[in-house]
This record gives sequence, C-alpha cells and structure tokens, in this order.
Amino acid sequence: MFQELRASLSIVILFTLITGLAYPWAMTGLGQSLFRHQANGSLVTQGDTIIGSELIGQNFTTDRYFHGRPSAAGDGYDAANSSGSNEAPTAPDFIKAVAARAAALRANGSKNPIPADLLTASGSGLDPDISVAAAQYEAPRVAAARGLPAPQVMQIIAQNTRPRTLGFIGEPRVNVLALNRAIDMLETKAP
Amino acid sequence: MTSFDILQFLAFVAVTVAMAVPCAGYLARVFAKAPVFADFLFSRIENAVIVIAGPQMERQQNWTAYAFSALIFNVTGGALLFIILLAQGWLPWNPQHLAGVNPAQAFNIAVAFMTNTDWQSYGGETTLSYFSQMAGLTVQNYLSAATGLAVAFAVIRGFARKENPALGNFYADVVRVTLYILLPLAFIFALFLIWQGVPQNMHAYVQAVGLEGVKQTIAQGPVASQEAIKMLGSNGGGFFNANGAHPYENPTPLTGFAEMVAILLLPVALVLAFGRMAGDRRQSWPLITSMTVLFLVVLAFGVAAEMEIHPALAALGGHANMEGKETRFGVFNSVLWTVATTATSNGAVNSMLDSAMPLTGIAPLFNMLIGEVIFGGVGCGLYGILIYVLITVFIAGLMVGRTPEYLGKKIESYEMKLAIIAMMIYPVCVLGGSVISLLLPAGAASITAPGPHGLTQTVYAYASAAANNGTAFAGFNADTVYQNVVLALVMLVGRFGVIVPVLAIAGSLAGKKATPPSTGTFPTHGLMFTVLLTGVIVMFGGLTYFPALALGPVAEHLSLFAH
Repeated sequence: MFQELRASLSIVILFTLITGLAYPWAMTGLGQSLFRHQANGSLVTQGDTIIGSELIGQNFTTDRYFHGRPSAAGDGYDAANSSGSNEAPTAPDFIKAVAARAAALRANGSKNPIPADLLTASGSGLDPDISVAAAQYEAPRVAAARGLPAPQVMQIIAQNTRPRTLGFIGEPRVNVLALNRAIDMLETKAP
Repeated sequence: MTSFDILQFLAFVAVTVAMAVPCAGYLARVFAKAPVFADFLFSRIENAVIVIAGPQMERQQNWTAYAFSALIFNVTGGALLFIILLAQGWLPWNPQHLAGVNPAQAFNIAVAFMTNTDWQSYGGETTLSYFSQMAGLTVQNYLSAATGLAVAFAVIRGFARKENPALGNFYADVVRVTLYILLPLAFIFALFLIWQGVPQNMHAYVQAVGLEGVKQTIAQGPVASQEAIKMLGSNGGGFFNANGAHPYENPTPLTGFAEMVAILLLPVALVLAFGRMAGDRRQSWPLITSMTVLFLVVLAFGVAAEMEIHPALAALGGHANMEGKETRFGVFNSVLWTVATTATSNGAVNSMLDSAMPLTGIAPLFNMLIGEVIFGGVGCGLYGILIYVLITVFIAGLMVGRTPEYLGKKIESYEMKLAIIAMMIYPVCVLGGSVISLLLPAGAASITAPGPHGLTQTVYAYASAAANNGTAFAGFNADTVYQNVVLALVMLVGRFGVIVPVLAIAGSLAGKKATPPSTGTFPTHGLMFTVLLTGVIVMFGGLTYFPALALGPVAEHLSLFAH
C-alpha cells in the first residue's frame, strides 16, 4: 500500500509540474515571442487607449454605429462574464424577446426581412461579428445618422466582409468593431 | 444544407482520416514500446519518473491490481484538484482575486475533471484563477485522458495475451501515454491556436474603453495551453463560461475546424490501431464502419432538425435559428460540432444546446445514451464499443448455436455478466438519476424552462454526467448543492462502474487459451457482423430511452409547431 501511494502521489505531483506548470509556461513563452499580438488577446489600440479586442464584441447603442448581436453576457457584452441566453426555443421569454427586437428594428417602418442574427443572442454573448445581411440591414440607419450616401456605406461593408476561410470553411461575416472604425475613419478623412 | 456545408464536411472527414492514420501507427508503436522519433527525450523523463515513483511502476499487474492502481491514482489526482480549488484564494496567479471555490462545487469540479467529464458547474472566468486552470484543470485534462488510454491498452492486452492474466502496469501506461502521445500533440496544437488568436498570457483582465466610451473588462489567461489538451483529450471543460463559443477559445472558422479534428483524432486513431495491437488488423473495420454509419445518420438528423425554421422567426425573415450560435460558425458548423463532441465524450460546445431546436437535442442525447461509442472518448470509446462487440458476439453465437468467440477467446457467462453490468450502468444512472432529481424539490429547482424542455434539461444533465461527456443544456442550474453532489456521484459511477467490469473482462480473457478459428467460428470482421453490431447499439440505445426522448424533445417539437 505504501508503494502504491508513493507511485500515485509522485506521478500526480510530477505531472502537475510538467503538464500544469512547465507546459503552460513553455506555451506562454513561445506564444509571447512568436505571436505576441494574438497571445495578448488581439487588443486594438487607438492612440494610447485600448479600445477593445478584434475578437471580442462590444456594445454599440447609438445610431451612428453598427450594432452587434443581442448579448446575454452580463448586462450585455460583459467580456468578464461570457454567456448565451440559454433560452429554450419554446420559452415564452425567448419568443417575446425576438418580437421586441423585431419591433425595435422596424421602428422606422421598414418591412424588410430581418436577418436571424439580429434577432437572436449569440452563444458567447461576445460575438464580434454580424452577418453580411445584418450589416446591410443596418446600413440605412448608420448612413442617415452620419449623413453619408448609402452606396458609400455599402462599399465599406463590402471592404470589411471576411469571406469563408479557404473559400468554404465557416460563414462570411463582418467584424463590427472593424466596420465601425472604418466608418469613423471615413468621417475624419472627409473634408 | 448548402454546397459549402457539404464541402466542409468532406474536408473534415478527409483531414481527420489523413491525420488519424499516421497517428494510429504511432499509437501502436507506443503501445508496443517500439522506438519513436523523440525517444532520447521522452525515455529520459520516463526513467526519471520510474526512479521517483518506485518499484510499483515496474510490476506486471493482474486486473484487480490494475483497477486498484487506477482508482488510487484518480482519487489522488482528484483530491489534489479539490484542495487547489478550495485554497484558490491563497494560491498565486490570481489577478482577479477570486475566492476559494465552495466545497460542493469544488467537489463537483474535481470529480468532473478526474473522470474526463468536464461538466461545467463553474463559470470559468468568474470562478477560477489562472493557477487553478493550469495546475488543476489542465493537469487532470491530461491524466484523465491518459487513464482512459491506459485502460484501453490493458483491455487490448487482455484479448492479445494467452494464458497470462497480467494486463501490464497502470502507472507505466499513464506515464507513457502522457509523455509520448498527449504532450507532443498538445504542444503543437496549442501553438496553432495561439497563432489563430487564442490568448496565452498571465495578465490581469484588460480594461478597455470602447468607441462609444463604454468601459469593458476583457478576461485573459493561459487559454491556448488548456484549450489544446481540452480538445485532444476528449475533456471539454471551458476556460471561459461560454466554452468553445467564446471567441477567445475558438476565434476563427479554422480553429473551429481544427478543434473538431482534434476531438476525433485520438479516438479514430485508436480504433484504427486496435486491430494491429490485438494481432488482427481486419478487426478494426467493423468498428470503424459501424461508427461512421451511426455518425452520418445522427449528423443528418441533427442538421435536418436544426434547419427547420422556428415559427417565431418564420414571419420575420425566414432564417434558421441563430439563438446561442456564433456568426462565424453558422448553423451547420454548430450542429457538426455538437454531434462530434457528443459522439466522442468531449464536453465542449460551440453553440448553446439549450437554445437549439427541440428535435436537434435528440442527436447529442442519442450519442451519449448509447454510451459514447461512436469513436467515443480517448480510450473509453474503444473499451465502450468492445462491450457492445461482446454482446453482439454472444447474440450471434446464440443464433447459430456455437460458443461465442472474439479474437480467438471464448466468451462465457462470466464475461457476459460483467458486460451487462457495464451496460446497465447508464440507464440506471440516467433514468434513475433524472427521476429522483425531478421528484425532489431540491433537484427540480434547477429546471429553468417550462414544459417538456425542463424534462430534457434534466435528462440531458444526467446523461452527460453518466456518459462522462460534459456538454449541457446550460440553462439547467447545475451550481446547487444537490446537483453538484449528485451529478458528481453519477460521474463517478459512470466512469468506474464501466472501467472496473471492463478490466475484469480483460483479466479473465487474458488468462484464457486461444482457440484457433475453425469453420464454425462466426467471423467478426465481415459485413454481417457490422450490421449486427450496429443493430445491437441502436436497439440498446434507442429502446431503453425512447420514452424519455418522446416526452422531452419530441413533445416540445410538437408543441412548438402545433400552432
């Protein structure tokens, strides 16, 4: 029994050192030297301030910006508390929430079909992307709020659309933060 | 389904096979202790471990000694994790100053990771420090996967050895598997993940100020190192609460694709290597064929169910349900991931299953309820399907009136009794556990959805715990004292209630004489056997749980589309 315990304990402790400390440290060292930007969370800076991460969605509420998807993370886009809504498809709360989002999106009287990603909360609550259709759906609002011609906004959307990886993996999408920054750039450049 | 979906699936199969074939050869070499590429490094560490661990690591063990070592080793690892979680507040690398985990939840987490379940009663970034994630969860991700592979090795030896009841040495197997197989694979995969955007740092959570001036706290951590072994070891416990849906765990379509391949890599490779290890290469084919057919059927069912348009969305745009899904993955990748993870005992999710369409839930439930034998978890998938194989051989033997044999070993009543015990563990835990949870107020309080969906939430939780999967209908409130404790007990029974009888079968077979095949032997590598095996799996799985599935997902589906 002593020998049994000695074997168990020493292997657990040795592998805590190898797989629990040495391995993550080695990965941290390699990651920080080879892929520094990604290893530190793909942060985006503007001047000296960190304005977010390329990979993490943030809450946009004003008409001047494109909005991301509904979020169930904390009070919305809480990147220290990721979560989906976990609402069942038959839950009355879910059906009410979809109707309320639809009503808000159609407040301007539009009758266009609404892309599903604008009506439903993402899995992480931090989805950085919206579908291309969703960006196009929001384009008139943003164009009006900024006094930009609609075709120009559509062009910015096209420039910021990320295609399927290798042409067939995943879905085409638009990163909301990148899109909003591109729109901001447009205004600062304009005379 | 679009042509892109089909292309993605074909590429997924092609890449998985292309990687599993060389991996199978490597597994077989490690199993046979043949020289491998980095022997000079691994064997030095291995020898150092032997010196420290002592003579217990060099003995040949019969099945009772092997099982006893597995139990002691797992209890030791689980206890260390439990202590780390309780003491988290005093331990280093805790930039968010998270307090120690409460005892019921710490017990649940320790058992979940030690049994390779990785059930998430915890919230990741809101519960666990970097030290707990690294020295606690990551370590058990390795060791629980290594335990599964070690037991599978012992079972294969049981079939291959003749009149020699020794099954090898548990400690030697665990050390070898971790050093030679898991560590190098995880090392490469973690680097790939960092390149794609998975963070790997020890910084405090970042404070950002967004374009609209709103503050955002962004969780960080050593994510990639944990993510890599989480996928390769069929573990699945998330670094973050949202698991594989979180953009930091799974940032791009390419990581989604690679993580799915990583989930299946070792289970597929082990089934491919099984025939070679057991001395008859043809024996892998019925297992592979049967698993592939079941995988395709379940996937087709899940995709069809999820593509059905939710009535509330039909009038607004007519698109498929995106609740709980990420834009970069879309509907097809979410379902493919769900089927791949539940087929293989991996508890990771890239979409929230609770929000999927009602019938879609049947796909992961079926995968888990049949015991996760469609490739299955690392190691446990193989010994799981071998139980079905023995039952099939026995039934076939009864039909043709011969003594059942598998790999030259006679299957007698002792083996059958043990196989049935291992088989019955799941229905007893899943149905019994669900019923008790539903009847007791303390258990029923965890349900967060009305009607049949609440039943599905409960059955799903107990199926996931019993089969050591770890995925969840996450609306189910698992962080209560009742569920933390009872689900942990179910995980223990689901793990060791199978490992012990399986090792007993292996021990009994190892001691038997080999019978040379005669004209009366029922061949176990042909089409006939494959069909029988598939039928046995479906009948055991389907019929046992049909009432629960009818009252849960099917009833919910009918109520959703009734008006």
